[in-house]
Amino acid sequence: MMEQVFFYIFSIIAVISAISVISARSAVRSAFYLIITLMQVAAIFILLRSPFLAAVQVFIYVGAVMVLFLFAVMVLDIGREKLVAYMHHQSVIAVPAVIVFFIMGAYMIIRGGWNVSNAGFPEAALAKSSEVIGKEMFGRYLFPFEVVSLVLLIALIGAVALVLRGREKDKQC
Amino acid sequence: MTNLLNINYYAVAPELVLIGFAFLVLILDLLLKGRDKAVLGYVTAFGLLVSIPVSYFTNEPVSFSGMVAADSFSAFFNIVFCVAAFLTTLISMDYMKKAKADRGEYYYITLFAVIGMMLMASANDFVNLYAGLELMALSFYVLVAFKINDNKSVEGALKYFVLGALSSGILLYGISFLYGYAGSTNFAEIARAASAGSSQNMFLILGVCLTVAGFAFKVALFPFHLWSPDAYEGAPTPVTALLSVGSKAAAFAVFLRFFAGSLAVLQPHWAMLIWVFSAATMLYGSVVGVSQKNIVRMLAYSSIAHAGIILIGLLVTNDKGSSGVLYYLLVYAFMNIGAFSVITLFVRNNGKGANICDYKGLASKRPWLAFFMALFMVSLAGIPPTGGFTAKFFILASAVNSRYYLLAGIAVVSTVISLFFYAKVIFYMYMKEADDASVFTASPGAALYNVVIVISAVATVLIGIFPSVFMDMAVQAVKPLLM
Repeated sequence: MMEQVFFYIFSIIAVISAISVISARSAVRSAFYLIITLMQVAAIFILLRSPFLAAVQVFIYVGAVMVLFLFAVMVLDIGREKLVAYMHHQSVIAVPAVIVFFIMGAYMIIRGGWNVSNAGFPEAALAKSSEVIGKEMFGRYLFPFEVVSLVLLIALIGAVALVLRGREKDKQC
Repeated sequence: MTNLLNINYYAVAPELVLIGFAFLVLILDLLLKGRDKAVLGYVTAFGLLVSIPVSYFTNEPVSFSGMVAADSFSAFFNIVFCVAAFLTTLISMDYMKKAKADRGEYYYITLFAVIGMMLMASANDFVNLYAGLELMALSFYVLVAFKINDNKSVEGALKYFVLGALSSGILLYGISFLYGYAGSTNFAEIARAASAGSSQNMFLILGVCLTVAGFAFKVALFPFHLWSPDAYEGAPTPVTALLSVGSKAAAFAVFLRFFAGSLAVLQPHWAMLIWVFSAATMLYGSVVGVSQKNIVRMLAYSSIAHAGIILIGLLVTNDKGSSGVLYYLLVYAFMNIGAFSVITLFVRNNGKGANICDYKGLASKRPWLAFFMALFMVSLAGIPPTGGFTAKFFILASAVNSRYYLLAGIAVVSTVISLFFYAKVIFYMYMKEADDASVFTASPGAALYNVVIVISAVATVLIGIFPSVFMDMAVQAVKPLLM
C-alpha cells in the first residue's frame, strides 16, 4: 500500500516534469526538468527492487549525460524558444491522435496482465539484483553485449567523421 | 560454462569476417592519409565477396543460448546483403570522389551497416535484434549525412535520425510489453507463450502493434514513410541504393522470422493489421509516385509501393508466401541497384540528371545505357520476361491461393498505376530529343558503373527466365522458419 502511494508520487512528478521539459522556454530549464524526471525514474527503479539500475540511472543519465548536455547548451548559446513557433497546423491532427493512442494504450495496459511474475526471478534472487544483471549480461546476453561495443564504436566514428567534415566546410568559407 | 553459454564462432562467421575487414579498412584508412581512398573500396568489396561463401556454408540453428539462429534463412538474407553492398560499394568509389566526400570512413561504415543487417537477419531474440538494428541504423544516419556540405543531405539525415530514434523508442516499448507477456525476449519463448496462452491478452496485442510500428518505419510502410523520400533524395545515391535494398530486406527478415515463424499460430489475429498496412502502402506509393519529378523521389515512392506488395507475402503465412518474399527481395536488390547505378552515373555531374526530364533523348546518344535503364524500369513495373514479373507473380499467386482476393486486386491496381511513372522514364529516353547532348558524354571512371549495371541487368533477366532455381533456394531458406 505504502509502495503504491510512493509509486504514484514519483510517477506524477516524473510526468509533470517531463511535460515541463518540452514546454520550458529556455534550454537550461528544460535540462533541469529532465534531471528531475530522471531522478524520479531512478526512484521507481528502487521501488521495483532494482537498486543497480537506479544507481546506473543516476550516475550515467543525471551525472554524465546531463552534464554534457548542459555544457553543450552553454557553449552553443541556445536562446529562448517560443513554444508557439512549433505549433503547426499538423498539431490539429497530431494531438488528438496522440491522445487516442494514450487512451487506448492505457486501457490495454489496465486490461492486460503479466503472464509470468517477476519474469522467473524469485524475490530472493532480486535482492541481489546487480549479481543477477551481471550474470545475465555475461551469460545469456553475452553476444548482444559484444555487439553493443560495435554500436558504440560506430557512434564514435560517425560523430567524428561528421564533425570533421563540418570543419572543412568552415575553412572554405 | 562454455557449453552453457554455447559460444559458437561458426554461427557468426560471416559477421566476424566482415568485422575483420571493417577493422582492416579502418587501419588502412589511417595508413593512407591524404591519398586516394579508392583502394579501400576494393578491399571492402573483396571482404563482402569473401563473406558470401562463408554465409552460404553457415548453418548453426541454435547458438549463444538461443540468441542467434544462423540457419539457411539468415544465410539467404546475408547473401542478399553482401551482394547489395558489394554492388553499391563498386559504384560509390567514383561517386564519392566526384561528390568531394571521398573519405575512408564511408567504406567501413558501410561494412558496419551490413554487419547490423546480418545480425538482424540471424537474431532470434529481441535484445540481439535491437543491437543489430541500432548498429545498422546508426551507420545509415552517418552515411545519409555523408555529403555534409549539401543541405539536402543533412536535412534528409536529420529527418531520418529523429524519426528513427522515435521509432526505436516505440519498438522498445513494444518489446517491453512482449516481455511482460511471455517473460522472455526470445522468439521461441514468445512463440511458446503465444500458443499456450490466450491470444486476447492485451499485452500481447499492444506489444505486437508497437513492434509492427517500429519495423514499419524501417520498411517505410504507409503512415511511417515520411522520412524516406527526403532521406533517399538527400543521401549519396549509392547509399540510397543500399538503404532501399538492405535496410528494407533486413526489416523484412525480422518480420518474417517473428510473424511468419514465431507468431504463426496467431496469424488470424494480426492478419488484419498487416492487411491494412499492405493495401494502404501499395496504393499510396504508386499514386504519389506518379506526380514526382525527381527520379530518386520517384524511386522512393516506388520502393514504398514494392514494400506493400512484399507485405502480402508476409500475410500469407505458408511456404509459398514466405519464399515469395525472399524471391522478391532478391530480384528487388538487383533491379533497384541497377536503376540507381544508372542514376548515379548521371547525378554525380552537379545536380544534372536528378529530374526525370533530364533523361530526354538518352536513347539516341547512349543506346546501351538507355536500354539497361529501360530494362530495370520494366522489371520494377513487373513486365515479363524480367525478374520483377515472376516475383510479383509468385506473391500474387500465393495471395490468391490463400484467398486474399481483394488484396491481390489492390496489388494489380497499384502495379498498373505505377506502370505510368516507370513508363514515363522510358518515354523520355526513347521518344524525346535531348536539348543538350553534351550531358550524356561518357566520363572517365565509368567502367565500374558499367560492370555493376551489366551484373544487375543479367541477374534481373536470369532470375526472371529461370525462376525455379532461385525459387528452390528461397523455399530451402524458409524451411527452418515454418516448422
